[in-house]
Amino acid sequence: MSYRTPITEADLHAYVDGQLSPARRQEVEEYLAESPEAAAQVKHYRDINQGLHALYDPVLSEPLPPQLSVTPRPRRWPVRVAAALGWVTLGAVLGWALKPAVVPDMESALRAQLVQPAAFAHRVFAVEKLHPVEVTAADEQHLIKWLSRRLDTPIKAPSLTGQGYALVGGRLLPSTDRMAAQFMYQKQNGQRITLYIRRGVWSNATSGFSYLHEDGVGTFYWVDGPLGYALSGDVEQPELLALAHTVYQSLAD
Amino acid sequence: MQSIEQQVVEHIPRLRRYARALLRGDVAAADDLVQDCLERALSRLRLWRRDSDLRAWLFTIMHNLYVNRLRRADSQSTFSSMPEEIESLAAPPAADPMCLPELERACSLLQPDQREILLLVALEGLSYRQVATILGVPEGTVMSRLARARERLRRALEGDADVTLRRIK
Repeated sequence: MSYRTPITEADLHAYVDGQLSPARRQEVEEYLAESPEAAAQVKHYRDINQGLHALYDPVLSEPLPPQLSVTPRPRRWPVRVAAALGWVTLGAVLGWALKPAVVPDMESALRAQLVQPAAFAHRVFAVEKLHPVEVTAADEQHLIKWLSRRLDTPIKAPSLTGQGYALVGGRLLPSTDRMAAQFMYQKQNGQRITLYIRRGVWSNATSGFSYLHEDGVGTFYWVDGPLGYALSGDVEQPELLALAHTVYQSLAD
Repeated sequence: MQSIEQQVVEHIPRLRRYARALLRGDVAAADDLVQDCLERALSRLRLWRRDSDLRAWLFTIMHNLYVNRLRRADSQSTFSSMPEEIESLAAPPAADPMCLPELERACSLLQPDQREILLLVALEGLSYRQVATILGVPEGTVMSRLARARERLRRALEGDADVTLRRIK
């Protein structure tokens, strides 16, 4: 058989690597049917490809070593301070402006289903010395996957390292009528904050930030699509608001 | 939408697989290379064009780091004894039905530039064009080096090529 363009060595490689156009692939296949030598060569190349996959594909399913986790680098000092000040100012303005955005009956549902369980969970686990979290940040990927599966919606653990808070880990919690996820963050001085996430009756609403302070724990909470978020901690309101903004921003990314 | 950091995270397993193959199964050295690659990528995220191929960009960074390492190692003459032609390797132990160790050994004896191309194409499934971009060489060079790499492997595995290669499957 004659081909418009002769079949070359390069065609055989490209054929094995799946890089030929359908028309050319057909021509190569016809050629291979007539040429046992070329067919053996192609088989040999394929065997090498398969052998390499057999050798190294198991790496894909290995758990990642902790040093390969990706967290944004903390920024340099002056930038960080400026950024923090910016967020506090912006947050204060926005927080005030958005406060009335939550309508009254939704507000009571949010308090019962989101804020109170979140604040209570914060009180329970923030003081915990031995078992503050169920899964530590060393297994962050697993943690996120697991919680996303149990909450039946993709969730994230936002990075707060820019504000000095490192992720400790997280846990699954029963909430009033659904499951909730709690992420815990800790500052170098031991100060802890928790982010509580769950679905609720507010599904697919969106609200601005609201703030509630009870029994020494402050909580900023808001709704974004199907999920309600509550950030709780015994920290100054402006700092907590700045953190809530960072959380909100990184979830929106 | 996913943040770039998350997109980068999704590529880590493949970067690890490639590094492991490139560094002949040395787990610590391979993860070291991946870590350097991630650090460099994250510090330069702003240089990555959002409409371009993130995976190819990450592999480009890894290639550059790998070449730097080779140069450093070369100045310490670790690699100067790299054989240009591979002699036929000893027959594998009969007890091993897969013959994968023989393939791994034959691969590790390839010239680094040929090994990189073979792995990017055969293991990572990248197109010749992507590989050419990653390595900064013309597409024709990718194809000729790939052909040479496979030809050398064939010769290295020969002696009992029919038998051993059938067993690789």
